[in-house]
Amino acid sequence: MSNLLDLTALQARQGLEKGDFTSVELTNAYLAAAQETKGLNNYVAMTEARALEMAAASDAKYAAGNAGALEGLPIGVKDLFATNGVPTTACSAILKNFVPQYESTVTSNLWADGGVMLGKLNCDEFAMGSANETSVFGPAVNPYSAVGGADLAAGGSSGGSASSVAARSSIMATGTDTGGSIRQPAAFCGIVGMKPTYGRCSRWGVVAFASSLDQAGPFTRDVDDSALMFKSMASADPKDSTSAHQPLPDIDGAMAAGVKGMKIGIPSEYQMDGMDETIIKLWQDGQAWLKDAGAELVEISLPHTKYALPVYYIIAPAEASSNLARYDGVRYGNRIEEGGSLDDMYEITRAAGFGDEVQRRILIGTYALSAGYYDAYYLKAQKVRRLIRNDFDEAFKQVDAILTPATPSAAFPLGVKQADPVTMYLNDVFTVPANLAGIPGMSVPAGVNGDGLPLGLQILSGAFAEDKMYAVAKQIEQSAGFSEVPSRMAGGAS
Amino acid sequence: MSNLIQGRTGEWEVVIGMEVHAQVSSQSKLFSGAPTQFGADPNQNVSLVDAAMPGMLPVINEECVKQAIRTGLGLNAKINCYSVFDRKNYFYADLPQGYQISQFKYPIVGEGAIVIDLKDGSSVEIGVERLHLEQDAGKSMHDQHPSKSYIDLNRSGVALMEIVSKPDLRSAEQAGAYMKKVRSIVRYLGTCDGNMEEGSMRADVNVSVRRPGEELGTRTETKNLNSVRFIMAAIDYEVQRQIELIEDGGEITQETRLFDTNTGATRAMRGKEDAHDYRYFPDPDLLPLEFSQSLVDELAAELPELPDQIRERMVGEYGLSSYDAAVLTEERETAAFYEAAAKDQDKKLVANWMSVELFGALNKAGKSLADSPVSPAQLGGLVALISDGTISGRIAKDVFADMFETGRDAADIIEEKGLKQVSDTGAIEALIDQVLADNQDKVDEYRGGKDKLFGFFVGQTMKLSKGQANPAMVNDLLKSKLG
Repeated sequence: MSNLLDLTALQARQGLEKGDFTSVELTNAYLAAAQETKGLNNYVAMTEARALEMAAASDAKYAAGNAGALEGLPIGVKDLFATNGVPTTACSAILKNFVPQYESTVTSNLWADGGVMLGKLNCDEFAMGSANETSVFGPAVNPYSAVGGADLAAGGSSGGSASSVAARSSIMATGTDTGGSIRQPAAFCGIVGMKPTYGRCSRWGVVAFASSLDQAGPFTRDVDDSALMFKSMASADPKDSTSAHQPLPDIDGAMAAGVKGMKIGIPSEYQMDGMDETIIKLWQDGQAWLKDAGAELVEISLPHTKYALPVYYIIAPAEASSNLARYDGVRYGNRIEEGGSLDDMYEITRAAGFGDEVQRRILIGTYALSAGYYDAYYLKAQKVRRLIRNDFDEAFKQVDAILTPATPSAAFPLGVKQADPVTMYLNDVFTVPANLAGIPGMSVPAGVNGDGLPLGLQILSGAFAEDKMYAVAKQIEQSAGFSEVPSRMAGGAS
Repeated sequence: MSNLIQGRTGEWEVVIGMEVHAQVSSQSKLFSGAPTQFGADPNQNVSLVDAAMPGMLPVINEECVKQAIRTGLGLNAKINCYSVFDRKNYFYADLPQGYQISQFKYPIVGEGAIVIDLKDGSSVEIGVERLHLEQDAGKSMHDQHPSKSYIDLNRSGVALMEIVSKPDLRSAEQAGAYMKKVRSIVRYLGTCDGNMEEGSMRADVNVSVRRPGEELGTRTETKNLNSVRFIMAAIDYEVQRQIELIEDGGEITQETRLFDTNTGATRAMRGKEDAHDYRYFPDPDLLPLEFSQSLVDELAAELPELPDQIRERMVGEYGLSSYDAAVLTEERETAAFYEAAAKDQDKKLVANWMSVELFGALNKAGKSLADSPVSPAQLGGLVALISDGTISGRIAKDVFADMFETGRDAADIIEEKGLKQVSDTGAIEALIDQVLADNQDKVDEYRGGKDKLFGFFVGQTMKLSKGQANPAMVNDLLKSKLG
């Protein structure tokens, strides 16, 4: 039997179906892999007993012939998703030891389809960060190392999810993406990360960062697995008022049909000064691959792109400042009492419970919503957001999908961007517009830089047209033939 | 009637605006499925959403939206088919989310107007600025433990309608009448139970004074008044305080005040400079609230008759006095009782019997209409027996007293006690003959020109008949005999 960890989710699903191995075996392999890669600090909580219980149940389903779409596949869960009876902390001190008595809709969907829960994965505190460095558990580490061996950032906020899938300590993992938190770490770790159209995946039971931007999505090793997991995660949820009631498109059909005849937009605004040469080269390669496969390249303009980052850093903190008000020490989570008034309790609890980046964003958001500043900041940002959305609406009248780089650089060493938040924020420059517009976006590993570190290309499509995005992603994957594996991978390079 | 207040230095005009908070009658809360029933043990009616657990999301309760639309229609107001829920951000221990979901810029109901009736018989139209939906907070209890506060989240998330008046009220009496009218309207509509003592309705009053014709003065807001009496007392106090302060050379500060129900005084709670910055912004967890005009039309078509409409009908069709109609329509239950009692009966007579005899007896017994021992049908039955001459009005009062005490039907009492009116000419003639025979001297005096004695003979005849003789027949027969 080949190394179980080498199998993609679809391959493993076939192996389970055929009876080549059991889910308990597969799950044990992944639990061992999680132990082996402990140094990457990906899991903040393991649920071994539950995993083996679920795996045994899955084996029974295979035996009974009623296996679900994800039956028996071991999945990691970003610690932002509420998991019934399992600590859910958002990687924040303020929620340390918080154990919800409910299960998020997205994870419920995965378990309903037979997924096996391995544990909870590291992320930036309340998903605020681009390197997983704001986590109270410390940073997740990229399984790719720098030349010379320095630890690299796995990206963020879903760093633990991306690193875990790349290091093969989970076969797939959930993430959330508010400004690039799935696509950027996927690019950094050389795997596939997808942010669906806003509203596809229910936000019910997901710790909120910025409600109008947050969207859950899958981390997988390849594009087919991504489609498989996405179909399970998505649902129209009456418990989420912003949930979409649009049926899923035929993704598999679109991938089979290919990109021939599709129009692919290349936005001139994504050519930025000081961008890594290898990334520009990769982007050009991507365009050539699609052209070779019969797609038509169309130069397009998204004129308000340059405002996306500033707009994002007003809207996201504004919503966050309000969303995080509930962590007040009154009903759950950590409370610190040192006598004094109710206000004193709030101040001490929140000062101790929230890290610097979270406090920074709460302050920015509070400021942006304050009387006298609301019109100049929040309201203006909402208007510009509308313009950014219009840019995409216009573009998608001409093209089926848009191809851009996923990130302005490859993974950077841990610690180097801590000092200056703005340099850190610039990491999301290519990913943020999709969140502001509510459209789907996907990062596919397509090459490496001079240091052998993975680089991703981003594919965007119109709202609810994930099929087109997947068709392009599938072609990029095939043409790129990306086959790098990280040095710190469970089971070693095979 | 002048509403001006005489101060030491001249006359003052009072300007009042009110914000009435009315709890929506609904099975579950505004954004969660938790029940709303009053009187549950602390923290029993609390869902994950109401406790603001991580990742919980609000979902609008359609029934609350319909109730707000119905109320808007009852206030003759514009219904906005597009409205937006905003977050009002502030920290308090009984506010789990750290914000209240409310409506700020785009309320569900816009401008309207209602007519209030005053003691002197005049009526005034009072403008409604808006009505919006919002969540209630929980309750903090500071008296349960020496050093801790306890929190009850049962009310957290319960739907409230905030009804904001225009600053059209000019006296405490008007403010009281306004509150009563709003209460009456929501109770007729069934959109709020109006139980002020259970906290289902409360009001904030904005009061200022000015010299007649001048610019508006600085106002104060007195919060959380939970009875009509307190509303009027708080306004009276605030008006006196403001006039005295200004006349003594002082200035009014814009501030929030609290009313002390023990002393009847208001005191400052927080000033303008301490006012919260609520950082309102549209709630990103909720889409704008949109519905079609056809829903509004549908609800309008199903709307029950409102007090003003019923009153108009009572005056126009039934010929009741405006006063009687007002008394009978103040409460939905009263109007319903009357309508049931007056069905196929003499409308005016029933109104009279209800507002004089029944209310008098209930009052005396300390009972409410709901506990009335006399049912609407029984009251109607009594009136029917008066109308068809079976008993006289005089006898009817005794019959009613018996009914009120025993709950029996009028007909049974009359039958048992033999109170049926005597309309037999022969029987009455016999009575008259006896009276005349017993009072020959008076008969002589009468015939000698002392006309006034006629009443005496009527009285004696009625007395002899134990009140059962038909008074009209007694009159006629006496006239002819004495003739």
